[in-house]
Amino acid sequence: MKTTAKFEEVSHGSIWLIALRSSLLFMVICGIAYPLASTGLAQLIFPHQANGSMIKDSTGHTVGSELIGQTFADPSFFQGRISSIDNDGAGSGSGNYAPSNPELLKRVKDSIAQWEKENPKVPVSELPVDLITNSGSGLDPHITPASAEVQIPRISALRHIPEEQLKQLVAKSIEGRDLGVFGEERVNVLKLNLELQKLGSK
Amino acid sequence: MDILQICIVIAVLLLLVKPVGSYIYHVFSNEENRTDKIFGPVEKLFFKIIGLKNRSGMNWKKYALSMIATNIILVAVSYLILRLMGGLPVNPNQTGNMEASLSFNTVISFMTNTNLQHYSGESGMSYFGQMIVITMMMFTSAASGLVIAIAFMRGITRRGGGMGNFFEDFVKAHTRVFLPLALIVTLVLVGLQVPQTLEPTVTVNTLGGAVQHIAMGPVASLESIKHLGTNGGGFFGVNSAHPFENPRPLTNVIEILSMWTISAALPYTFGRFAKNRKQGWIIFSAMMVLFVAFLCLTYFSEKSGNPLINQLGINSTQGSMEGKEVRFGVAQSALFTTVTTAATTGSVNNMHDTLTPLGGLAPLAEMMLNVVFGGKGVGFVNMMMYAILGVFICGLMVGRTPEFLGRKIESREMKLIAIAILAHPFIILVPTAISFMTHLGTDALSNPMYHGLSQSLYEYTSSAANNGSGFEGLGDNTVFWNVSTGLVMLLGRYVSIIALLGVAGSLSRKRTVPETIGTFHTDTKLFGGILVGTVLLIGALTFLPVLVLGPVAEFLTLK
Repeated sequence: MKTTAKFEEVSHGSIWLIALRSSLLFMVICGIAYPLASTGLAQLIFPHQANGSMIKDSTGHTVGSELIGQTFADPSFFQGRISSIDNDGAGSGSGNYAPSNPELLKRVKDSIAQWEKENPKVPVSELPVDLITNSGSGLDPHITPASAEVQIPRISALRHIPEEQLKQLVAKSIEGRDLGVFGEERVNVLKLNLELQKLGSK
Repeated sequence: MDILQICIVIAVLLLLVKPVGSYIYHVFSNEENRTDKIFGPVEKLFFKIIGLKNRSGMNWKKYALSMIATNIILVAVSYLILRLMGGLPVNPNQTGNMEASLSFNTVISFMTNTNLQHYSGESGMSYFGQMIVITMMMFTSAASGLVIAIAFMRGITRRGGGMGNFFEDFVKAHTRVFLPLALIVTLVLVGLQVPQTLEPTVTVNTLGGAVQHIAMGPVASLESIKHLGTNGGGFFGVNSAHPFENPRPLTNVIEILSMWTISAALPYTFGRFAKNRKQGWIIFSAMMVLFVAFLCLTYFSEKSGNPLINQLGINSTQGSMEGKEVRFGVAQSALFTTVTTAATTGSVNNMHDTLTPLGGLAPLAEMMLNVVFGGKGVGFVNMMMYAILGVFICGLMVGRTPEFLGRKIESREMKLIAIAILAHPFIILVPTAISFMTHLGTDALSNPMYHGLSQSLYEYTSSAANNGSGFEGLGDNTVFWNVSTGLVMLLGRYVSIIALLGVAGSLSRKRTVPETIGTFHTDTKLFGGILVGTVLLIGALTFLPVLVLGPVAEFLTLK
């Protein structure tokens, strides 16, 4: 029984005491020291990113974060994806409609009807699915390049800017896949609209 | 491009398994090695602070008691903090105290490494709570799970009943694994635009002329340990779908590898402990085969989209985009979903509730099996349970006393394993059934018909597997759901841990049986096949009926 005798050195009482002391130790280390150290280092090395990647317009006003989607009710702007929370950055969430949920089908049909009304020149068969579906976060800042391109005829008509010029603008705004392979090609709607505003003429 | 980017991530994982597995082995083999110079002095200080005078080995009961004692104390203190949060410091957004049943659910959820969240981080948790309760428990619960797996490995590979010293392992899991890794990943994430600040919510006037409030906070430091520790609880309500938690595809890849690598490396670590690396690779391969099968199911199902929407005549070549983010698309979303439910992390980068029926079946099935890599330690231990069961079944077929790693498997071990195997379906199916018998349960469902069943089933499966993801449409912040899922999480975590430590303790006291010509080798491809077969057989027998009622029925009727 030599081997078992060795285990008896730690009594049950001292296990609870050590457990208490290690709990407190790791509350301080992991719960206070680690996040504060991370914050300090992050603010020192990457201040712009650590504070939410805020973005300014041409007059120097902060107009939002490049990572957080915004609602553009005015049809002369490029529009982002559907957001069931109206891009409220203080919350987040999606409608969470299951594929079989009748509410989903109804919402999508309504979106298509509205699209047809606002974009009579573009056939529905060219309307990309990301433009009429709810994003996961409700804050998706991006649309696919195709979703930007199909909006060009509408914006061109409303702003009296030649389609060719808008096509170049969209092409310039396309962000590639990360490291050339990961994720999808995308267009940041807020950044695109800031560029659009610079073109003026409405 | 979709398939290519998925294959690259898997290839990087394969390259990481060996170095990470070896590193973990060296951390816990307690033999001298180079890293002692760096971490030794800090650890000595920590041992002194916690009053650990001798680091002698513990038997399995002492080891389990030490873990449970630590967990109970952490739960008690954290509960108090959440209840009093409104009056505590570092609360720039003036978040109030948390309600009792929600606090109960939250502390259990984070202590059991589940991270089911019935609160929304933006509004329900102060920065102080995010740090000292949430971030802290992400470390301590991950460390608890990891050291349990290590103790199990020691138990079944060593002789004499010693499982190691819990507190020594617990400290080392922090100092040598989670803290340094978390700090590095945090800084990389901040560099890639994940916020890390103590400033309150920012208010801006948008380009479109509206007022927008933008919540942020110490996100990156939580995000890194959330994945490294396979925790999964988000800083924000929508978790890693939120552009601040996961701003680009590259952060998505980093988060996937963070949650996957340690779990995937543990079979290799086991191979080192067992002095039989091939044994480790066979177990790894069994996990990988199951993983790839589920990944294919989710990917192809999502890529083919929702037939109801496809019929509307729009351009739906992207696949199902409801509940997904444009930057991730179908490929990075399907991969994240399959990994997060395999590694039982429970973070989500797309809304699982909106997955196509078969796309949602895969994550559900992975959590039901609970052995495809699995969470910090626990998944590995569960896979070993099936390995022993597989050996037992084979032994019965040829009429020999089954052996595993040279030790006889006898009735005591099989009884404990039977408890662990039966507990998992019991705590999923019984509460799901109960939730349908009362309006307290059915009122929470946000979808009609078959998908409603899937919602409730997913919630309890996720709780039992300590995953924590949800079909988030469920209105689950009520006393009924908080308490019932809280109990399921407790049982899901501790019953199998205690039973399997018991198995390891019992095996470690056994004499090694000499190898003969009749010995059934467990480090062969044949055994890998038997292992996969055992897992699928038990899983199918248990869960197929309920899967047919939920996702399969939804799939068949979606036309």
